[in-house]
Amino acid sequence: MSATDMGALPDKLVRKASDLGADQSEAWLTESTQLSARVRFGQVETLTEATTRAISFRLLVGTRTARGSSSDLSWETLESLTRHALERDRLASEDSYAGLPDDSLPVPPVEGLALYDPTLERIGPQDAIARAGETERIGLALDPRVKNSSGATVRVNRGRVWGANSKGFRGSYRASGASLTLELHGRGESDGSQVTDFWYTAARSWDGLESPESVARKAVERVRRQLGARKVETQEVPVVFEPLVAAELLSDLFGAVCGEAVYLKRSFLLDARGQQVASEQVTVVDDGLLPGGLGSRPFDREGVACRRTVVIRKGVLESFLCGSYSARKLGLPLTGNGAGNGEVPGNFYLEPGNTSPAAIVKSVERGLYVTRLMGQGVNLVTGDYSRGAFGLWLERGELAYPVHEITISGNLRQMLAGVELVGNDLDFRDLFAAPTVKIASMVVAGT
Amino acid sequence: MAERPRQLFARLFGLDTALLQGVLTEALRGGGDFADVYLEARRATSLQIEENLLKESRESVSLGAGIRVLAGEQSGYAYTNDLTAEALRAAARVAAQIASGPARVNSEKLQSLTAPARYPLEQPAALADLRTKSELLFAANQAARAADARVQEVQVGWGDELRLVLIANSEGEYVDDIQPLFTFSVSVVAERNQQRQVGWKNLGMRAGMEAFTRARALGLAREAVEQAARLLEAQPAPAGELPVVLAAGASGVLLHESVGHPLEADFNRKQLSVFSGRLGEKVASALCTVIDDATLVGLRGSLNIDGEGTIPQRPTLLIQEGRLVAYLQDRLSARLMKLAPTGNGRRQDYSCIPIPRMTNTYLAAGTSQPEEILQSVSRGIYCKSFTGGQVEPAAGKFTFSMHEAYLIDEGRLTHPVKGATLIGSGIEVLNNITMVGHDLELDRGAWSCGKEGQGAPVGVGTPTVKIAKITVGGR
Repeated sequence: MSATDMGALPDKLVRKASDLGADQSEAWLTESTQLSARVRFGQVETLTEATTRAISFRLLVGTRTARGSSSDLSWETLESLTRHALERDRLASEDSYAGLPDDSLPVPPVEGLALYDPTLERIGPQDAIARAGETERIGLALDPRVKNSSGATVRVNRGRVWGANSKGFRGSYRASGASLTLELHGRGESDGSQVTDFWYTAARSWDGLESPESVARKAVERVRRQLGARKVETQEVPVVFEPLVAAELLSDLFGAVCGEAVYLKRSFLLDARGQQVASEQVTVVDDGLLPGGLGSRPFDREGVACRRTVVIRKGVLESFLCGSYSARKLGLPLTGNGAGNGEVPGNFYLEPGNTSPAAIVKSVERGLYVTRLMGQGVNLVTGDYSRGAFGLWLERGELAYPVHEITISGNLRQMLAGVELVGNDLDFRDLFAAPTVKIASMVVAGT
Repeated sequence: MAERPRQLFARLFGLDTALLQGVLTEALRGGGDFADVYLEARRATSLQIEENLLKESRESVSLGAGIRVLAGEQSGYAYTNDLTAEALRAAARVAAQIASGPARVNSEKLQSLTAPARYPLEQPAALADLRTKSELLFAANQAARAADARVQEVQVGWGDELRLVLIANSEGEYVDDIQPLFTFSVSVVAERNQQRQVGWKNLGMRAGMEAFTRARALGLAREAVEQAARLLEAQPAPAGELPVVLAAGASGVLLHESVGHPLEADFNRKQLSVFSGRLGEKVASALCTVIDDATLVGLRGSLNIDGEGTIPQRPTLLIQEGRLVAYLQDRLSARLMKLAPTGNGRRQDYSCIPIPRMTNTYLAAGTSQPEEILQSVSRGIYCKSFTGGQVEPAAGKFTFSMHEAYLIDEGRLTHPVKGATLIGSGIEVLNNITMVGHDLELDRGAWSCGKEGQGAPVGVGTPTVKIAKITVGGR
């Protein structure tokens, strides 16, 4: 199938659905070309290449919804899936909140978003292998205690999205991504215990990646500082989250401010719009239009223009993020986070403050600096929070020694209210991003 | 239903043995030790009830092929949604890039293997009437709402799939399998004095629609409500090192994390596990015997063939009375470690390379009475259900997160405690297992395991177990 034929498929499906009796419909086609290479001890461990395609659609008769998806793009299969959906649709309940979005904001131009890097079309297996190999080689030469490796991995993907709906929306854009990850293992000299840690870089473009040298040094430093870790006594102390783990808190928060969680009563913040839910240090933004952002795109999965939404401003919960269903249900504006079903983030981040990370560390008399979190343990209905942690113990404003096999616990609401300092080191590495954060008090469980 | 995967792929795409043989030859054009072709056709449906409405149904079709070439420790892989002969040969050439020697003559003729029948399947759920499914879901929804006036919201979900798999390899093996799977879940939110709590139950089996009875659906709905209601009374869990008693069944997630993952052969072959190089050594309390068993009938982790066509022949004894006796192997690790494959090479789907994974993993029954185990604890935690776990095999650190748990005081259960995470070191915790009950239970929950970005349905199980001491992340 040529690219033109492919691109026409969502439109063709939407027309077919109308012909067969659907009142509303939308279809989304994605194409993705992937390359991944993992190098371990200088040898290629796995090399994977593929191009895949998939289509998904939703249709409504009256206010009843049915969906379908397929990676078999033969017209025969798609037509039969459409017919099946119309048959199943009779079983669905009438739901006046269902349907395509009403929003008609113009979609922003794709060019300014820097979503696609044509350079990546020329990145072949040998380039990926060379980049991964160089990163691992540098990493393994830096410290005699860091001798084992899970390998360095380079991933590259290039894709395209085409969408169409029965209200006349037609849209398409290209997007790409690249990442480089190194996971290393060290062994403490005194106690022989193993430490695992990693570092990675991810960007829309090849040139946006951090250098092999920088990824390798960071990965080694993260393993090295954790060698010889011990447990600490159970106690209540201030906890500092470094950006990588602070970003995980943002991911938890996203789960509580998306519209679906709110109308299903699955959020500890469901009654809190307009209220002070966090300290004044906290301003949280969802920005779907950040140039080059990993979560940026011109429009969401319902064809609604993406935008910038302030979710929490100086501690006050201003907005929930809504796709069309949640927006109608909650009587709130669309935010360009629609996924067709529930919500997805754009770039969801905590605005930086003006304290340096060093000054944040210095401010702690005794406490924990968290470097990695493990496990589940976040209940978004209650906000109860309890996760496994690795980190560094803080004594008199200094990083004193590494700790492991501990948990940190609290309640997200109290944690948000307890944000004392926000760093100036905002670090975008994922859809969720944050600077260093200090929370006044949490329980650290150890011995 | 009568059509086998081999017939389907031959009928739709002309992919007969001669053609697959040609693809394998293409895959070995640069040499290599081994090549395989994995063909997959999957059809799935799902239904979701929330707010008393059947808001949507979905049908998905997926079609794909993955071609792999192994050369020493190296794997080349390519996959495609296009199952034409031309596309498969192109993918074979991409996978072949990993090897750079003279072509290997692939003289093995494909010989058909017969897979066993471990999925009881009178009526595949994927082919069952949607109306029947929807009525059961509404009945569960009603049962949950009727069970307790404090119930505010109920979500009931259903998913089923039928996966047709065909695998051919350069050793001449040619085998197919029809893999059914269904998942039912109920999740409720209960509220009292502006406090909300969530309760959930789910069921996952590789079995036909007949295994999903009305009684089972309603029973799970009521259990989810009871759980939420009990949690409304919960107080924060204590923090620090405490004795923990794990209830029989779902607590098997402990074994999955602390033993299962670290015994996967890829980690051990690369010296990336606390169990590396320790075959034959005592690694756990003598009360511990741990088994991975794909041959059990109808469970979520049960398999006729694994993701590389190996037929799991018997339960794999991993730890016998505290001694490490085997790793979970796929073909690559087994060959490199010079050990036998155990049928644990699994893949999420055609887009993924097979890696060593668990199937149904459990701790064998001991001899203690469950009541006696409880009575032996003066102050500790009794865990009944879990949201999941995670492990780092190299350091052996693992967590598992309790959802429903109780405080034990002087050998008796007292009030419920809020969810909290437990953290420990695998080998240390295994040696701290001081009592094992006789009440082994294989959980029927819809557990999914993640590794290297691949999800896989698994089963877990355990009898009642006492861990003398582990860190509890309360406050």
